[in-house]
Amino acid sequence: MYAFEFERPSTLDEAVKALGAEGAQALAGGQTLIPTLKQRLAMPETLVSLAGIAELKGISAEGGVLTVGAASTHTEVAGQTAYPALAHLARGIGDPHVRNRGTIGGSLANNDPSACYPAAALGSGATIVTNAREIAADDYFTGLFETALEEGEIITEVRFPIPAKAAYVKFEQPASRFALVGVFVSKGEGGVRVAVTGASEAGVFRWAEAEAALASDFSAAALDGLSASADDLIGDIHGSPAYRAHLIGVLTKRAVQAAG
Amino acid sequence: MAQVSMTVNGMRVSGEVEGRTLLSTFLRDTLELTGTHVGCDTGQCGACTIHVDGVSVKSCNMFALEAEGAEVTTIEGMANADGSLGTIQQAFQDHHGLQCGFCTPGMVMAAAALLKENPKPSEAEIRTYLSGNLCRCTGYHNIVKAILAASGQDVAKEFAA
Repeated sequence: MYAFEFERPSTLDEAVKALGAEGAQALAGGQTLIPTLKQRLAMPETLVSLAGIAELKGISAEGGVLTVGAASTHTEVAGQTAYPALAHLARGIGDPHVRNRGTIGGSLANNDPSACYPAAALGSGATIVTNAREIAADDYFTGLFETALEEGEIITEVRFPIPAKAAYVKFEQPASRFALVGVFVSKGEGGVRVAVTGASEAGVFRWAEAEAALASDFSAAALDGLSASADDLIGDIHGSPAYRAHLIGVLTKRAVQAAG
Repeated sequence: MAQVSMTVNGMRVSGEVEGRTLLSTFLRDTLELTGTHVGCDTGQCGACTIHVDGVSVKSCNMFALEAEGAEVTTIEGMANADGSLGTIQQAFQDHHGLQCGFCTPGMVMAAAALLKENPKPSEAEIRTYLSGNLCRCTGYHNIVKAILAASGQDVAKEFAA
């Protein structure tokens, strides 16, 4: 690991100021960033730890919306009961020790194409709130490890409208515990959403054809005969694009069944 | 360099660290608590598992400065006050829950975290919980038996494999 300065701001304003410096990088739970630094794939001049900022903490449910502070750990999200499908998803990330450190804000800022939280945010129609603005999930995920966040912008909380029905089903890559493919489905006031992670070279995406089929009939049978395109899907030693496309169809059916 | 202070196994400790100093490095090199093992150093194997403020974490995947003011427990803090083995440690010995022993500190700390949140776990729950702790000797059966025993359950009855 290259050497860097380590800053521990206690307020959001101080953190924003620290991140304005040349070569500054935010540190959330560090479960991806620290291994990345060890491999010298990143060399920030300053790491700005967000762990001491009270404004980024806390989970609350009110008026059908679950608000999750960006520094909430996966364990904390798994422990909330207002949005069971989101708790289930959080409980399946990594392993217990990783879940005690990793945070929802860190995961969404990183936007790993195989991470679970992007599927929850896009599949729920969540709003990503930053120190500067509110970003709809549909506008937030812009590509592989890319988001709408500006340089130095910090996610403060994520607002999930709690849908009437929702479920997440992940086909786990057993070594990394990331999603080989994961599908989040929801049916709420905003309609039906089907978000797919782990599959596309461009990161999480909505499967429009499945959403259209489920909008009139929210049942696994409504997906009969529908298959996802293998174009631009990830192909690696774990699975070909065609295999991942097949998994998308199977897991979407399972998710609809699980959502009830 | 920066000053960091924390409580480790009930003792107030402090030391000079760099920003990039890992908590596992601080424990092993500065405090000379070498019971915490570093296996993969990539956050996957769990040999470095310790408790920070009551929850299990991988100490190779956390900076020492992130533990400022924290209550840290390592494998050295798991023995009884008189130096005899704690309940989980004794169960690992009784059930031969180790072969080479390298993963054992992390396994014991993971087991302690599990039993804190789930005092009577099933065999399946134990195996699921140990997903972040790898035993390259593949000695999982006896590790699972040891944790069942440490939880006060009848190993012969609960262990199906």
